[in-house]
Amino acid sequence: MNAAPNALTLPQPLLLDGGGELVDARIAYETYGTLAPDRANAILLCHALTGDQYVAREHPVTGKPGWWARMVGPGKPIDTNRYFVICANVIGSCMGSSGPASTASDGRPYAMRFPVITVRDMVRGLVGLLDALEIGTLHAVVGGSMGGMQALSLAANWPERAQRVLAVATTSRHSAQNIAFHELGRQAIMADPAWAGGNYYAGETQPDAGLAVARMAAHITYLSEAALTKKFGRNLQDREAKSFGFDADFQVESYLRYQGSGFTRRFDANSYLYITRAMDYFDLAEEHGGLLADAFAASQARFCLVSFDSDWLYPTAESRHVVRALNAAGKAVSFVELSAPYGHDSFLLDVPALDRVVKGFLE
Amino acid sequence: MNRLRPDLRAIADAVAPQARVLDIGCDDGALLAALRAEKQVDARGLELDAACVERCVAQGLSVVQGDANRDLADYPDKGFDYAILSQTLQTTDRPDWMLDQLLRVGRQAFVSFPNFAHWRTRAALLLGGRMPVTRALPVSWYETRNIHHVTIDDFRELARAKGARIQREWFFTGEKPRSAAPNLLAEFAVFQLSRS
Repeated sequence: MNAAPNALTLPQPLLLDGGGELVDARIAYETYGTLAPDRANAILLCHALTGDQYVAREHPVTGKPGWWARMVGPGKPIDTNRYFVICANVIGSCMGSSGPASTASDGRPYAMRFPVITVRDMVRGLVGLLDALEIGTLHAVVGGSMGGMQALSLAANWPERAQRVLAVATTSRHSAQNIAFHELGRQAIMADPAWAGGNYYAGETQPDAGLAVARMAAHITYLSEAALTKKFGRNLQDREAKSFGFDADFQVESYLRYQGSGFTRRFDANSYLYITRAMDYFDLAEEHGGLLADAFAASQARFCLVSFDSDWLYPTAESRHVVRALNAAGKAVSFVELSAPYGHDSFLLDVPALDRVVKGFLE
Repeated sequence: MNRLRPDLRAIADAVAPQARVLDIGCDDGALLAALRAEKQVDARGLELDAACVERCVAQGLSVVQGDANRDLADYPDKGFDYAILSQTLQTTDRPDWMLDQLLRVGRQAFVSFPNFAHWRTRAALLLGGRMPVTRALPVSWYETRNIHHVTIDDFRELARAKGARIQREWFFTGEKPRSAAPNLLAEFAVFQLSRS
């Protein structure tokens, strides 16, 4: 989609879990703060499914503040006066890193010819970026949701690269329910005639209707029932009575439609297919012989996991599953379930206890 | 640094430097922080209360929120040099199971608890006919988390039944150490144990 100002092409082909390779992989990234002379103050921030590198900087498409601007910045819990924060767009995405919308060697967009990638492949790309930036060991790797999967994957597969691992509102594997919701989204996209087998880039129309439905379904999973009830209840949208039709009578309908259509302006439908697939394939134990504790055997990092009591997408039990494995492996691990009303999205919202935990853990 | 409670002070002084320590029911991390500062230990904690865990993590301590009655089973055998249970034994579902777990996850264990046979407690029950509310047990019967009151002699008996060897013991009345007739005169006890 957009050509990002900060991007580099990895010098080596990226060898992928699916067996193929990605040649000339582009990684678009943003940095915040200053790298110390000893290069030891770097924090890699990993973004979620539809996130990007604009963690604490105005988004070039939407004009909105960065997605974690409340957490990252001068004097914030992830203090850019102290730390050099790197956030890169993952491969498969659409904010400047190689993805299905990128141009393949034949001059046309990859579309569905882009290789199916995994979370570990995303992290391979990020490690390639760290190599290029000559950052050996990170002060910390930090991420929420899919970003947390990347943080755990980095700890498991590149154990020497991070001293601290902070994984928020995440899981070590996608559950059947997680996969089911993602499949719903993918089928909504692929059922849109404008998707055209993924070859819509040159066309007049884009699969916006399908992508919007995918986003609407996913958005519900990011919120708690209590949050929806508090925000909308059964309130009607700009009307006094039900219309006895299929307009957005209810505020919650109007809100979801707005979320869906807004999303299509900044995200590529094929990227949504590829990234949700990568998340569904994620199973850290499976990668390491079936035993999650073995995944972390070589790590010397300190770990911190945080869950939220209202998150039903990646509930506390999933974080505890990781904590149990880390304990069994004898690793230094902290874990806390924080109370917050917003569901999975709590990690992005105003939860002061999370600020304190993040700040303290990074010390 | 705040002064440690006497039972925690005794434990902190007895722990060997650079040891691996698990503090079960570590509260706000006072003992772990002291052990880290004074003995450079590898300090870990397990705590039920989220606000306490948050304060521990904010100090850079490795503390897991969880219920020791259940989660202790997830820790590997002899993963720690010391397992510490301070002022918590009497609140656990099964103190006998808990003592087994302490001696399983730790090469040695420290256990401290309020002594229910202290003369004030005895007097409150005998003379007052009411559940004791004393300096050592300040919470009334319907609010207290202490569901398994224990005396020093009871604990010795449990340790013997579990094949645990008592290596050291400390007794306190308030802040003061006490050695004579502890089951009658001590408000608090600390035991250092190992499986013989």
